[in-house]
Amino acid sequence: MSGTAASMHDAHHEAPTSFVRKYVFSTDHKMIAKQYIFIALFWAFVGGLLAYMFRWQLAWPETPVWGFGWISEDADFMPTGRIGPEVYNALITMHGTIMVFFVAMPLLLASMGNFLIPLMVGARDMAFPRLNMLSVWVLATASLILLASFFVEGGAAAAGWTGYPPLSAKVDYTGVIWGIDLWLLALALEFASFLMGGINFLVTPFNMRTRGMSLFRMPLMIWMIVIASVLFLLSVGPLIAGAVFLLLDRNLGTSFFLPEGGGDPLLWQHLFWFFGHPEVYVIFLPALGVMLEVISTFSRKTIYGYRPIIYAVLTAGVLSFVVWAHHQFISGLDPRLATPFSITTILISVPFAFVVFSLLATLWKSSIRLDTPMWFAIGGLSIFVFGGVTGIFNGSATVDIFIHDTLFVVAHFHSTLFSAVFLGGFCAIYYWYPKMFGRVMDEFWGKVHFAGTYLGFLAVFVPMHLVGVGGMVRRVADHTKYDLFIPLQPWNEWMTVAAIVLFLFQFVFAVNFIRSLYWGREAGENPWGGTTLEWTTPSPPPHGNWPGAIPEVHNAPYEYGVPGIDGEWVSQDQPAP
Amino acid sequence: MSVESTASTDTMEAGVPAAKLGVWWFIASEIMVFGGVLASFILLRLTGPGWAGDIEHNSVLLGSINTLVLLTSSFSIVEVLAANKAGDLEKFKKYMGITIALGLLFMVIKGVEYSIHIHEGLLPDKSLFWAFYFGMTGLHGLHVLAGIVANISLLVVVSKPGGLARYGHRSEMCGLYWHFVDVVWIFLFPLLYLG
Repeated sequence: MSGTAASMHDAHHEAPTSFVRKYVFSTDHKMIAKQYIFIALFWAFVGGLLAYMFRWQLAWPETPVWGFGWISEDADFMPTGRIGPEVYNALITMHGTIMVFFVAMPLLLASMGNFLIPLMVGARDMAFPRLNMLSVWVLATASLILLASFFVEGGAAAAGWTGYPPLSAKVDYTGVIWGIDLWLLALALEFASFLMGGINFLVTPFNMRTRGMSLFRMPLMIWMIVIASVLFLLSVGPLIAGAVFLLLDRNLGTSFFLPEGGGDPLLWQHLFWFFGHPEVYVIFLPALGVMLEVISTFSRKTIYGYRPIIYAVLTAGVLSFVVWAHHQFISGLDPRLATPFSITTILISVPFAFVVFSLLATLWKSSIRLDTPMWFAIGGLSIFVFGGVTGIFNGSATVDIFIHDTLFVVAHFHSTLFSAVFLGGFCAIYYWYPKMFGRVMDEFWGKVHFAGTYLGFLAVFVPMHLVGVGGMVRRVADHTKYDLFIPLQPWNEWMTVAAIVLFLFQFVFAVNFIRSLYWGREAGENPWGGTTLEWTTPSPPPHGNWPGAIPEVHNAPYEYGVPGIDGEWVSQDQPAP
Repeated sequence: MSVESTASTDTMEAGVPAAKLGVWWFIASEIMVFGGVLASFILLRLTGPGWAGDIEHNSVLLGSINTLVLLTSSFSIVEVLAANKAGDLEKFKKYMGITIALGLLFMVIKGVEYSIHIHEGLLPDKSLFWAFYFGMTGLHGLHVLAGIVANISLLVVVSKPGGLARYGHRSEMCGLYWHFVDVVWIFLFPLLYLG
């Protein structure tokens, strides 16, 4: 019936001809994917710039940030380029919010999901193309609101990216007037955007696969996106409710989170982290999917344990709903709850360890080809494992009481998130760029970019673990004010220098990205020798994805080195001999 | 279900139409929103004293009438669905009209209640109960409003020539959503009026 027929009708829309319909208000999933990438890269630049600014403050407190000395002495914001504690708080708050919600999710889930789902399952477009367009434009609106919040009276939100009340619930506590309201509004719109996107990411793989593409022939990337979308849809609701409560507290004088009116600040923490932990996997699973695709293609070998990986990730997804209080061990939570949450938290590393071992088994005795995407995949995986191991320290309540709110925790979650968002994200861009734009990015500069990013990351964050264990706490604008941190201050300077180097290396990527659009090597249909369906159509794919009929699927993905078949690999659409 | 599925022959489907699958996922996410609200309410209610006094200001009579109104509208939208299956445009229009009218009646009664509370000075900042009361019924009211808008727009397109054959199937999507809104109220009513 005709829900399907109607959506099919949408999916078969004509190729648009006007500039606005083609590039701005496009319903083509490939254009929407590119729009998401550009939104994400813009925000990644802003987020990186903020990191540069507050790292400067941490290394050389109260000195003018290089490049901002031109700001006049009586400006409200950063006079003479100096960052005070208030601005520092705003910078770290916005850095976290931007990187998690406006870089990680658009870059990995939204853009890769949009680009790859129809191409990988063999559909002409997403199930609901107009809803898809709406979701990218709602995200654009949220972006504008978040950007505007930097310039309103009182400055941007400064209550931490987690926005804990009572700090965030009253203007008096932070001095932020409009910033937090706009911050909440931008987040609410972002959630709405991803709820709409998520419906597309779920319905398209369920309902629009090409003939022969059974669920267990779908590439693992699609499985990861589907599971991530389910996690997001089922976890974000309570936080939306919490955001509404917080807005009411700020603007209508209610006291959901204020103890003086009978409310409970801990309630926010529960609502936030009930979403917050599944959110980690919403970000990580698409990155894991990218790594799985790339590692299979560049090791010329079938993924070891295709189905068990899916079951393991599903298990982790379910578990991720019952671990949230590990963020709250010292929040005044009933101590009897600490042990169960420690147990579930440490349990969740088991399925992921399984996936990592599957990948190692895939690499074992394979013929590895070290092109740029492969470097990013292996590099990203290695740092993620590192972050996973430090996560076990944090997950154990007894250890966490000691390291809570130190830079160790900051270093831990940057190990997991930086590896997923940036190493995984770059991996995806280097790997699918040829399909998106028809040209291959430059290999040499790609490897330079990888080396700078990988080593730069380690240079910043390995010492951060050490100073964290040394007791250096996070969310402090000037560690030199405390005698016990003064011996650690040289490390702060080192981390800042390393962070600046890391940031500068991203310009290699930017130049490579733009240069390759025009002067990159022509990609052809299948530059990497991939087996999945997106490599069976011209690069970039035409409107409707395949010039002729949609290919029919005869094989599982990742059929490399199949016994009895000539040639090195078998594409998913190649009929049995 | 009339399938004009020329296009769908080259795809594998889950057996559920895309639009319906989409609505179900949307409702799943909405359940989590209201789930968060209800869980917060119940937790704070269990740990905080002094709620019983506030709840007595709510009129069980008006609340019961509204429950009846909404339940009746759930019945009438099922009749809309049946009318679509039978291809009966007049019946479709009649019961959709009743559903919309009942939805509006619900909103009017809710408005009367709100104005009584406001006259008595029972505003959201009065106490945690009233914060929850206005927050929960307000959020629910917005959903009722959205349902009314969806129902009206369906009624408009179905009334066009050939509209029933082309858009009649959407009554199922509207019905699913309307039932969801109804079920949420079934949870709100005992918590905010009876408890």
